[in-house]
Amino acid sequence: MKIAIASGKGGTGKTFVSTNLFKAFKDLGYSALLVDADVECPNSLLFYKLKKVDETIVKEYRPIIHSEKCVYCGLCADYCEYNAIFYVPELKQIKLLPNLCHGCKACSVACQYGAIEDSNTEIGIVSSYIDKGKNLYFEGRLKEGSVSTIPMIKSTITQASKQLSDFILIDSPPGTSCPFIQTSIRSDFVILVTEPTPYGLSDLRQAILTLDSMNKSYGVIINRAGLGNMDLYDYLSENNIQILGEIPFSKEIARIYTQGDLVYDKMEDMNLLYRELCKKIINYGNSLS
Amino acid sequence: MKVAITSKGNTLESVLDSRFGRCSYFAFYDTESKKLEFVKNPNLNVNEGAGPLSVKLIASYGVKKAVSGEFGFKIKSLMDDLSIQMIVVNEEKTIGEIVELLNK
Repeated sequence: MKIAIASGKGGTGKTFVSTNLFKAFKDLGYSALLVDADVECPNSLLFYKLKKVDETIVKEYRPIIHSEKCVYCGLCADYCEYNAIFYVPELKQIKLLPNLCHGCKACSVACQYGAIEDSNTEIGIVSSYIDKGKNLYFEGRLKEGSVSTIPMIKSTITQASKQLSDFILIDSPPGTSCPFIQTSIRSDFVILVTEPTPYGLSDLRQAILTLDSMNKSYGVIINRAGLGNMDLYDYLSENNIQILGEIPFSKEIARIYTQGDLVYDKMEDMNLLYRELCKKIINYGNSLS
Repeated sequence: MKVAITSKGNTLESVLDSRFGRCSYFAFYDTESKKLEFVKNPNLNVNEGAGPLSVKLIASYGVKKAVSGEFGFKIKSLMDDLSIQMIVVNEEKTIGEIVELLNK
């Protein structure tokens, strides 16, 4: 079962929930895999002592334009949905704007004059790691300067999914646009982590509307409970949305987290909370089969 | 010499549009013939790449100078390659006032 840990708002505690939940699943005797798909700034593996076992360079299509063969017909620029081919026939100028290119290869199909050469460029690296208990971890890391976030996320999840595991936990990128959609769409269940502030609620609403439109199952974890106001709770109860757990707004939790430790290991009530969370997810998984 | 000025409207009284790629109109002014022509920006609502498409547009008009409030990072190198000089105007000026300055 694949579980995305996502949020609308950034900084609500996706990594906090992912890292602790992962440990809880393993303690309950399940095989679990932690995947950091927040490819623009992956950091969930900081919480474990790991050894790298493998890495795969992820590449994406980028055309090479040979202007000496170009007849300036403009068909490649017409085919390009993303306006990634800068083309001024009056000045005999043609070139690729790599940051706009999505690697769809339409330009290559368009060109009948051999002016477009197929080629691939590195967009990032998917690494796999192992801990002392032989548990596997995957991390997708986008190359500096690359804007190909989506292909990087897809590749990270695809590679991790080849592993046999009871639970694959996907620490997702923030937001509610493409990166969020691409992680959620590849998951059987989405845990939305939010906080009871106006910002948390506003972004959670967007995330929920998005997941509803995708017919995805989800539940909500309220982090920093006690902060803000009750609007979030009203919204969740009005819409019959399941609260999977509440993590209190606490200095102790923040202290443990910022030291790189797991509250699951250090705080009894948090240990219990995460075990309960596991059971809820397991029950949900059983209800599917 | 031809100059492109980004404009919010299509009259001399219209003010400079501070955005380059997604401006409402381009005012093309020829400093020799003193002719002024307004062209609605066809790239106003494209999803991506409005800047480079607008560079293509003004380049096809033979422009050598562009006046706007701001030029994005995607287009600066394109403008340099085509030897189109970029002039940034931060004050709220009308097209008429900018044309006057170009004639000085």
